[in-house]
Amino acid sequence: MNTKNLSFILNDVEINTKVNPSLPLLDYIRKEKHLTGTKEVCKEGDCGACAVLFGEVIDDELKYKTITSCIYPIGNCNGKHIVTIEGINKQELLLHQKAFVDENASQCGFCTPGFIMSFTCYLLNNQHFNLDDAINSIAGNICRCTGYHSIERAMKTVLDQLKTDGQIDKINNLIDRNIIPEYFKEIKKGLINLSLPKQTIPDKSAIFIGGGSDLFVQKPEDLLEEEVYLITERKLNYIRESNSIIKIGSGTTFEEIKQSELLNKYFPTIKKDIDLIASLPVRNAATVGGNLSNASPIGDITIILLALNADLTLSDGEKERNLPLREFYLDYKELNKQKIEFIKEVSFHIPQKKFYFSFEKVSKRTYLDIASVNSAMLIEVDDNKIISASISAGGVAPIPKLLDKTNDFLNEKEISIDTIDEALQIARSEISPISDVRGSADYKRLLLNQLIKSHFLKLFPHKIFESQLI
Amino acid sequence: MKSSDTIKHVKGESIFVDDMIVPEGTLYAAVFDSPVAHGKILNIDITAAEKSEGVIKVLTAKDIPGENQIGNIIEDEPLLSEKVVEYIGEPIAVVIAESPMNAKKARNKIKIEFEELTIITDPREAFKAGRVIAPPRVFAMGDTGKAFKDCKYVIEDKVEIGGQEHLYLETQGSLAIPTEGKGIRLFSSTQSPTAVQKTTAKVLNLKMHQVEVDVLRLGGAFGGKEDQATHWAVIASHGAHITQKPVKIILNRHDDLRMTGKRHPYSVDYKIGLSDNYKILAYEVTYYQNAGACADLSTAILERTFFHTTNSYYIPNVRAMGISCKTNLPPNTAFRGFGGPQAMFVIESAIHKAADEIGIKTYQIQKNNLLKENDMFYYGQKADRVNAVKCWNKAEELYNYSKKEKEVEEFNKKHLLKKKGISFMPICFGISFTNTMLNQASALVHIYSDGSVSVNTAAVEMGQGVNEKMINIAAKVFSINKNRIKVESTNTTRVANTSATAASSGADLNGNALLIACNNLVDRLRRNAADILNINDELNIEFVDELVLHKKEKTGITWEELINSAYVNRISLSSQAFYATPQIHFDRTINQGHPFAYHVYGTAITIAVVDCLRGTYEIESVEAVHDFGKSINPLIDLGQAEGGIVQGIGWMTIEELVQDEKGALKSNSLSTYKVPDIYSAPKNLKVHFLEDSENPFGPFKSKAIGEPPLMYGIGSFFAIANAIKAFKPDVKIKYSSPITHEKTLMHLYQEEEHTKIKTGEIESNLITEKT
Repeated sequence: MNTKNLSFILNDVEINTKVNPSLPLLDYIRKEKHLTGTKEVCKEGDCGACAVLFGEVIDDELKYKTITSCIYPIGNCNGKHIVTIEGINKQELLLHQKAFVDENASQCGFCTPGFIMSFTCYLLNNQHFNLDDAINSIAGNICRCTGYHSIERAMKTVLDQLKTDGQIDKINNLIDRNIIPEYFKEIKKGLINLSLPKQTIPDKSAIFIGGGSDLFVQKPEDLLEEEVYLITERKLNYIRESNSIIKIGSGTTFEEIKQSELLNKYFPTIKKDIDLIASLPVRNAATVGGNLSNASPIGDITIILLALNADLTLSDGEKERNLPLREFYLDYKELNKQKIEFIKEVSFHIPQKKFYFSFEKVSKRTYLDIASVNSAMLIEVDDNKIISASISAGGVAPIPKLLDKTNDFLNEKEISIDTIDEALQIARSEISPISDVRGSADYKRLLLNQLIKSHFLKLFPHKIFESQLI
Repeated sequence: MKSSDTIKHVKGESIFVDDMIVPEGTLYAAVFDSPVAHGKILNIDITAAEKSEGVIKVLTAKDIPGENQIGNIIEDEPLLSEKVVEYIGEPIAVVIAESPMNAKKARNKIKIEFEELTIITDPREAFKAGRVIAPPRVFAMGDTGKAFKDCKYVIEDKVEIGGQEHLYLETQGSLAIPTEGKGIRLFSSTQSPTAVQKTTAKVLNLKMHQVEVDVLRLGGAFGGKEDQATHWAVIASHGAHITQKPVKIILNRHDDLRMTGKRHPYSVDYKIGLSDNYKILAYEVTYYQNAGACADLSTAILERTFFHTTNSYYIPNVRAMGISCKTNLPPNTAFRGFGGPQAMFVIESAIHKAADEIGIKTYQIQKNNLLKENDMFYYGQKADRVNAVKCWNKAEELYNYSKKEKEVEEFNKKHLLKKKGISFMPICFGISFTNTMLNQASALVHIYSDGSVSVNTAAVEMGQGVNEKMINIAAKVFSINKNRIKVESTNTTRVANTSATAASSGADLNGNALLIACNNLVDRLRRNAADILNINDELNIEFVDELVLHKKEKTGITWEELINSAYVNRISLSSQAFYATPQIHFDRTINQGHPFAYHVYGTAITIAVVDCLRGTYEIESVEAVHDFGKSINPLIDLGQAEGGIVQGIGWMTIEELVQDEKGALKSNSLSTYKVPDIYSAPKNLKVHFLEDSENPFGPFKSKAIGEPPLMYGIGSFFAIANAIKAFKPDVKIKYSSPITHEKTLMHLYQEEEHTKIKTGEIESNLITEKT
């Protein structure tokens, strides 16, 4: 069996172990350590019952994020602090635990530890609190009993009590406020002092894993049998700009995209757009490279990058080659990529002219769901004239698709309802949706139509009017 | 109000079956289930699985020592199928292995050959093909045929109702431990410990006293563990019985979703008739219930559909027919509301459509027909202590309906691509098991010599807070501190012959039994106190705040002293008591009687906002006035109401079960079956406790709470429908739940022929106006 030496801190205990790196962290926590406060519910990162804290020292600062341990490979925990509900408990109730009890924000109790962990992480990560952000931090946690309002009330009580805090020394302050236990003081030092086992380079036939948020949903058992290559070890998480080109390392997580100042500068709606993609714990794990190579026809990040006319840098460990993203997808889940190649970087040009960007997604559930249809549009405009338009669409073809004919048509056209109507006709002709659990083919065709209209209505409210779209 | 269970929950210290420390040598079971929805089994080859690593035994039907039968109401469900399979997910063989992974790997090596048979998943088709669970039933009052002739408006249509996955967060599971004398001690995540005990005994050919079932708590159930926990418990017991080793089974989420039944989908025809002043004079309805492949609780669920056919309204002439249709889907089962929600959705659809056709507001019909004191339910029970009008009026006034309606209209005038809709949803829900026999419960209370109290009942804690309510009751009767009282696990050796914790009746039945047990002890303790005080005046003794009072004066005796002296004086400090709901009866030969101890009422006002460009929506607000009786624990009851409402909204909106033509579940994971997240819950959710409601049948005059609030969620369908109508006034609403984003967009933009209901013969636009 494929094993790996790992060192990490689990709650207040240093662990040095030899373990299959593909073992989901949850299985290690529950089955090997018998820490049963962390629950298994969906085994696909869709409910948050298995949420744990994942701490690491970045730029000399101890930072935590929540991850869904059910689809997180333990191999990625090397050198980290993993905290389960048992790792924050004290003899008496913590401030937020008490608030949950007082508001009866827990009924059957199965989801509760996950909520507490997600909320703890919010309190650990933020200097200023507000209820909307706190709700966003627990939005990946599903509760089937309460209807959520008691949970919201409990969180509000806690935030109200913390409002006046100076928040200078985060960890000590939270210890004083009875939100985390004493031993957190020692963790930073502990992590720095961990002697991390030397990692061997796996052979070229290994399966590449980013955050694992797709692979561990699809084939967790196979991964246990296979040699795996954990991309996160290569530190490919970066977002840089040089010569008007944005370069994103393939190991960059969705949440890093959302929080990137650089991307927010060029794409002011990116925070809201990314909020439509997965939950916070999954965004903390899911990587750009993983999303692209999973080749889902409705991959959200893929659809965005397609519209941005991104290029890929593929590497086999020695040689590198570049490829436009649009040429990466050959057929359903079929990639223009050798098995030994992995995506190293994705890059795109910032348009030189005035440009606008829009992302639209509709799914069964508005948040935390896979799209029925999604679409992105990058459009360069000179006065009223379109210089170039790049519209991508997911869920309407076997591959994530750039609407080439539509885009060609739009070049040099005036922005008007007639132009849009004609573009919609063309768009309809170049898609081939199928009926599946996310919607009928008819629906998806109609929906793309509406989403393209939405792009224009949203971006050009002075040229396109609601009354024209009815 | 702090619940000791909640304190454990927030620390992750509550123990569920999968969290138990298992005995050494525990084996693990994996179930091999049918990959086809209907077929004759020609051959099962388990040889490769038997040789697989770590496998101890592969069990099939021929290894069953007793009856291969787990059907509860109707005996039509094998534990392991031998000759025929009737749904995808039907258990055929069980691998017992040293680890869950070994069991799972071996399961993949089982080979099976079928002769495939015709698959039917649609209930109407099943009925036509003669595939039914039981003969059709008819409930009736008055003469609908005659009454329709007097109606000014007669409307007919068809309604399609989707099912619902329970999505209890804790999947099905059990741990069975062999005990001496071939017995079994069974830890099961079940709402029905006795059903599990009885069925295990039957399948293993044991006496019931050889099987002990223990239930500490469930991680959610919602009806999904009333009948359907039994299968897995018996499978674990069977494995333990054969191997004489502990056997644990925990279904993973995909297995659970594939193998277990859901809320019943229904396909329904109705005809409703109204007078010129909008009184409903007649209502005819035919329910085709999609029961799935086995009876399970389907016939009982259909019965409750009958009982809620007229929801909160008085209708003098009613004729309802219903059929449990046998289809090739997993056996559908109990789910919060138990057939009631389906009936209510149909009558509300009928009223909504009637209002639309007549050209009036829906509430003009709703409000005009609400039940009043002494109105007769069409099944023969006279309505008393009716709170339908009271709840409606309170909601209208408290939440300022007329202002809200105006605001919605103004919003709709201002916005072209965003529209709001508002709806009323009144509810009336009967409390008692509709099977009169089940309305019984026992309690066993021990007071230990240190003054601590142990409470045993048949109630299973599944998040509804029944344990806390039991503590509230005992603490109130003894007038002692709550922390002296512990509710024990639900165990068949301590409380026998129990009914399931279901039908919202857990706190009522068990609470009443507990009250009797506690009062018995109070009587003895009063006598003892009188003896200690050397007075012959026990009736003037009372217990207040852990002290013994005589004629309201302190006696100096504390609770602990009282208990200790009772022990010394050789007075029994244990009490067992029994409760059976009085006055209820029902005659199934004529479908008339008095099946319910009482009814729960309420009204909710819902506002939805629809994005008419994208076809998406938000349920903006739900504001309810609910009849809790005199609540024992308002915090718990509020939680039940809020949770029920959001679950009901989920059922009506985003929760969509999708099967393909082969009978395979396509919405088979949490990524394809979406339940409400925090953003799906209405931003504004208010529940007002109706004042001055008393209920002689509930402990301390309380009313049952578990199921009724779910049905407020039905209002979300009509709020969305009304928003759609605001965008497209001539649209014909297709009464097909859930109203997903897809259906919303299709309503908004698709041409009429697409929005018509696909199957069935009745024209959806029939209105006859007589002058």
